[in-house]
Amino acid sequence: MLYAILCYDSEEAVWSWTKEQEATAMAKLAVVQEGLSKQGRLGPVARLMPTTTATTLRKGKDSVVLDGPFAETKEQLLGFFIVECESLAHALETARDFARASSSAGAYEIRPLAVFAPGSLSA
Amino acid sequence: MNDVIDRDWMEAALRGARPRALAALLRYFGTLDEAEEAFQNASLTALTTWPQKGPPRDAAAWLIFVARNRGIDALRRRKKHEVLPDDRFAASDDDVETELARRLDDRNYRDDILRLLFVCCHPELSATQQLALSLRVVCGLSVTQIARAFLVGNVAMEQRITRAKQRVSQPDLAFETPDREARSERLSAVATVLYLMFNEGYAATSGEVHVKTTLCEEAIRLTRLLLRLFPDQPAIMGLMSLMQLQHARAGARIDASGNIVLLEQQDRSLWDRELIAEGLALLDKALQHRHPDPYQVQAAIAALHARASSPSQTDWPQIERLYETLERLQPSPVITLNRAVAVLKTQGPTAALEMIEPLAQSLSGYFYYFGFLGTLLAQLGRSDDARTAFGQAIALAQSPTEAAHIRAQLDAIGGFHNGDRAHEKKATASTK
Repeated sequence: MLYAILCYDSEEAVWSWTKEQEATAMAKLAVVQEGLSKQGRLGPVARLMPTTTATTLRKGKDSVVLDGPFAETKEQLLGFFIVECESLAHALETARDFARASSSAGAYEIRPLAVFAPGSLSA
Repeated sequence: MNDVIDRDWMEAALRGARPRALAALLRYFGTLDEAEEAFQNASLTALTTWPQKGPPRDAAAWLIFVARNRGIDALRRRKKHEVLPDDRFAASDDDVETELARRLDDRNYRDDILRLLFVCCHPELSATQQLALSLRVVCGLSVTQIARAFLVGNVAMEQRITRAKQRVSQPDLAFETPDREARSERLSAVATVLYLMFNEGYAATSGEVHVKTTLCEEAIRLTRLLLRLFPDQPAIMGLMSLMQLQHARAGARIDASGNIVLLEQQDRSLWDRELIAEGLALLDKALQHRHPDPYQVQAAIAALHARASSPSQTDWPQIERLYETLERLQPSPVITLNRAVAVLKTQGPTAALEMIEPLAQSLSGYFYYFGFLGTLLAQLGRSDDARTAFGQAIALAQSPTEAAHIRAQLDAIGGFHNGDRAHEKKATASTK
């Protein structure tokens, strides 16, 4: 069974880390990742850019683009796609393709990645 | 080892929580001094309590809760015989949690922080007071740190901050929830001060590099906070992007001996690619709004430098067009001067010289004007005129580093002739 482990934390705290703290925190996580990787258990790892870079596409008959992250509590995170895009406009266009193909309401939050490692899992 | 990390973590958490906590406390207590004192006490409590009980999930809410209770106790002790006059303290301990939750409701907390920032950036304060007060109160930098950043003594800085606080402690300082227009005015006043804070940190004065870098980092941190509160403002996105793209070059801007390295000579592998990526993403997002302003245009210029893998790859024609746009949005001789730098790259020294000659009057006290004028004249083979211009530049230099730059260019055209050295005297020892 594949599991996604999603990271939540306070941006206000994390962005107050010094460079050294940041490096320490990342190095500790890297050790765990290395272990998983050796066991062939590690899939894609991504670090998202801060929520200030996020844009939200509200699905619906006419989709609406909003600045900022998805902030509603009535809906839950159900999945994600990682897509190569040339620009935010291109990413929005891609998200609209998904929106048209999807029959539900809800939203897509579009957030650039800061770090991406594809991992070594076979499907 | 673990203790050290915990302590560092706690300090980062306190630093991160500070603006939000202080902003709420300012609302409770009404003055910066009381809010700061309450925050300070709560922070001390945190440093002893958190290691035992574990850190709270929401550090700011914890600090507000503790600070508020302590603050009220202190106030009661001080005003023993007075009935507390203010209904801001009316909430009983029982409903504190709900009260907190309500206060921290997004909109409230947004306006709280904006109010705190606006009080510190109040238009009645001078620019230096605004910067000093913001750095002291919102960022929590020590007076010593701030004094070093501005190259003044501790006592002078302490007085500057005290005077600024007195100035903004009048009761008429808008505590009501601002309407849309007032909010946008406050936002732009705060953005201006954050821009100044960044520039102060970025300014090419020698020495104190470490402290200067702190100013840039604090400006970025506050702008990030502001942007999180107002995620749909393209100007704030542009400002954030501009700061990130400039600051990404910090590691390449100062050489081992502390001298400034010009953009063209920088080792681009030292640029912070992660910061650049975020700056570019934000600029892209801002430009979607099709509502350009000076911050976005400057960020777009910085982005073109960031995207160029070498100086020769730089898209100078586009940079020139952007400076032209900037000139239109915000006419200023300094911008025209910058545009001329791009013109030098695209059309050569004659066109650039033509562009800056009309600026002689308005930029007669500007180091960069004479430095660039000298460069152009030297390229055109007018060595004597170039020497005069370089001499004026050296006389106007704000730091030995700036003067050294000009001297290197002078050497390239054979140095000063006899009699020219008189210009040089002023520059040797001066710092900003």
